[in-house]
Amino acid sequence: MSNSTLSTAERSPENQPTNAETDSVLELDGVSKAYGAETVIDDLSISVEDGEILTLLGPSGCGKTTTLRLIAGLDHPDGGEVRLNGSVVSSSEAFVAPEERGVGVVFQEFALFPHLTAAENIAFGLKELDDAERDARVRELLDLVGLETQGASYPDELSGGQQQRVALARSLAPEPSILLLDEPFSNLDVDLRVKMREEVRRILKEAGVTAISVTHDQEEAMSISDRVAVMNDGDLEQIGEPEQVFQHPESRFVAGFLGYAGFLPGRISGDRIETELGSVERDQLHGLAPEYDETDIDILVRPDDVSAHACDGPGHGEVVGKRYLGPTILYEVELDGGDNLLCMHNHDETVPTDGRVEVTLDAGHELAWFPREQRPETGLYSD
Amino acid sequence: MATEQQTKTGDGEEQQPLGLTVASAAVAAAVVIPLLWLVKTALDVGFVEALELVTRPTTVEVLLNSTVLVVLVTTACIALGVPLAYITVRTDLPFKRFWTIVIALPLVIPSYIGAFAFVSAFGPRGVFQRLLAPFGVESLPEIYGLPGAVLVLTLYTYPYVFITTRAALKSMDTTLIDAARTLNHTRWEAFKRVTIPQIRPAVAAGGLLAALYALSDFGTPAIMKFDAFTRVIYVEFGSFGRDTATLLSLQLVAVTLLILTLESQIRGEERTTTGGRSGNVMELGRWKYPAIGFAALVAAVALVVPLGILLTWFAQGVAETSQSLAFQPEYAFNSVLVAAATAGAATVAGLPVAYLAARHPSRMSSVFERATYVGYAVPGVVLGLALVFFGSSYATPIYQTLYLLVFAYVIRFLPQAVGSLRASFLRVDPALPEAARTLGETPSGAFRHVTLPLVAPGLFGGAALVFLTTMKELPATLLLRPAGFKTLVTHIWTAYAAGYFGQAAVPALILLFVSGLSMLVIITQEGYDVK
Repeated sequence: MSNSTLSTAERSPENQPTNAETDSVLELDGVSKAYGAETVIDDLSISVEDGEILTLLGPSGCGKTTTLRLIAGLDHPDGGEVRLNGSVVSSSEAFVAPEERGVGVVFQEFALFPHLTAAENIAFGLKELDDAERDARVRELLDLVGLETQGASYPDELSGGQQQRVALARSLAPEPSILLLDEPFSNLDVDLRVKMREEVRRILKEAGVTAISVTHDQEEAMSISDRVAVMNDGDLEQIGEPEQVFQHPESRFVAGFLGYAGFLPGRISGDRIETELGSVERDQLHGLAPEYDETDIDILVRPDDVSAHACDGPGHGEVVGKRYLGPTILYEVELDGGDNLLCMHNHDETVPTDGRVEVTLDAGHELAWFPREQRPETGLYSD
Repeated sequence: MATEQQTKTGDGEEQQPLGLTVASAAVAAAVVIPLLWLVKTALDVGFVEALELVTRPTTVEVLLNSTVLVVLVTTACIALGVPLAYITVRTDLPFKRFWTIVIALPLVIPSYIGAFAFVSAFGPRGVFQRLLAPFGVESLPEIYGLPGAVLVLTLYTYPYVFITTRAALKSMDTTLIDAARTLNHTRWEAFKRVTIPQIRPAVAAGGLLAALYALSDFGTPAIMKFDAFTRVIYVEFGSFGRDTATLLSLQLVAVTLLILTLESQIRGEERTTTGGRSGNVMELGRWKYPAIGFAALVAAVALVVPLGILLTWFAQGVAETSQSLAFQPEYAFNSVLVAAATAGAATVAGLPVAYLAARHPSRMSSVFERATYVGYAVPGVVLGLALVFFGSSYATPIYQTLYLLVFAYVIRFLPQAVGSLRASFLRVDPALPEAARTLGETPSGAFRHVTLPLVAPGLFGGAALVFLTTMKELPATLLLRPAGFKTLVTHIWTAYAAGYFGQAAVPALILLFVSGLSMLVIITQEGYDVK
């Protein structure tokens, strides 16, 4: 991270390196970790490209924080290899101590040294520099995180957002080859969280650092990352750009974890899929292979893909629940077939909560689907 | 990255660090071995002979005496401490803060100084009797023996019950009482059915401290000439009754353990909730003046008597006594010397034990930590005796030197250092040294630059506490000091033994001051368990 790389990187897929072989800063290769009898990570392989922000997303206990600790060298893996810039830092033979890895960490509760000022915290990792260089570097970082005037303050004199900026500056100061952020926003108020997400992304991109963050908040993951890796129960479920993972989830778990998801049963016959809500064109389903012809499938339906209306005729089902989300309202409709769908409406639209309703499927994009036999017990996912 | 995984057992390098474990084991062994030596000495006595000694009528009488003393003192402490706590927390008593401080203050007076003062005030031909003589009062009720011992021990240990009960009453959710009142309970019924179950663990904890103090205190029974364990052990030892002293010591330790067990039974399961507070205050009404009178009387007897006596002696001067008994500044210097050495040694010994227990909790580390707490369970006179045996047969080069004396103090007061250090280590977020590691510090560098500065207040607080309590220690000092070595405490003792009470005024006043300082340290050490 030198001044020459301090440029504002635009967020677009073209900017992402595609050649994993040559550009990987970090590679996890078949890493596993157990605490006692409990396996936390099982055979996990991920590679992270230079300059990207990757987010590990998953419910609590899925092993994402453990993954960060293994990368930082704060824990030893039970199996597999961790490579940083091509050299092995953790394996069954080798182990490089955390202080020799050049990995920066922003801790969940920031872990600012309470006995040192903001400037002293930032200078903590700059042992190699002489006084003048160190002061210059600290000023540069205070500037980067927008705390020019707070250098002399102690952590307990700073607000939550300011503490996070100091934590970020401190971990960036020694120019780590990779930066790890553990639930970086979980300690902030809701309002501040949204603001700091953008701010942190700006700082990371300006510094040009490769970063891995960890969260259970899908909105946060989508908004700060170049790529998202969804983890469940110690396994990597899917990795890709946020839009892609959201639109084309490869598993029901991913579909359910990223936003509200409902599943509409259907049967493939020729060019069409017959469902309770009428037929859907085959072309609208993403990557539907011929071997699934004449089988039962579930189509992934997001709340914005469907709407419910009052009707005089037979309709499709009844409204059984209503959730206010502020500007929009989610209506839960129980279809006659027994499956439930969530329909999103603006707050000024009215949908009758008693009596029959008609549900229309109107998605302007390809729909994801899953073979019926994989269906778990419950039909409705939500986060 | 303090997550749920963090608290599970670590792995690899996080596993029990070898150096620390060895250091902790060494400290634990050093603390326990002298006591094992005492057990061995007792076993050498021979079973038949031992049985005969233990079942001798005088031995049985000692056990009975100590039991009666402990039961009476504990009961009296609860009878004083709980009501005083209640009126200073839950009623509209005027000047509550003032009374709280005044009522807790007797804790500052070492019980042997209290006993000393009471004997010279109320003893035959004492200050009080001389005052009353013109009115034809020939003699006062006997102060020596059980009544005096119970009176003095109660006056200087009830603050334990007062302080713990007060803390429980303060933290208790008072809306529970409001709830009981709305469910048709009178204030008294609500107190019985809601408040008492809530404060019972705290009262038991305070009672435990008072009981252990009464059982292990050497000075009070000695001065009151009451044959409790500690006094008889000391007397037997002085008159070559080594076997008896040893067996009595073991009995005393056994009774201590019994009390500890009893307390954990009484304490019961703690079910407390924290929650809303309401301004639930009982109006004293016409009971206001009796309540003030009660608090004032207790404080006056406990504080005014010894202070009055000491200041009288001080004012009368020391001219009346022989030069050989005169107070020398050197005694104070000696006290400071051994206390400082003890504070340093206890801190160094406590560091690995406390760090291991706080950062690498395991069965082994908690065994080491518990081992360092023997100083709490073993009375000073027993510890002194154990070290006399151990030193005279196995450590002759340091026997009757300051090294052995300091070693005894370290064993006795190590729990204060370990307790305060452990609490400080626990308050340091484990993510902080980890953050230092990711910023390029080695494990020892992270400890020096991050952990150590953060635990420094606890480290110095613990050391100060050890320093101040060491200065007051009586029985181990008497048993282990090198010949000719005199401190503030031994000078008070000599003055008492020689009957020249006036000579004790200066050292006693210095000790009161020191004791007051140690109170301040305890109070500022937030969350520290008051012994």
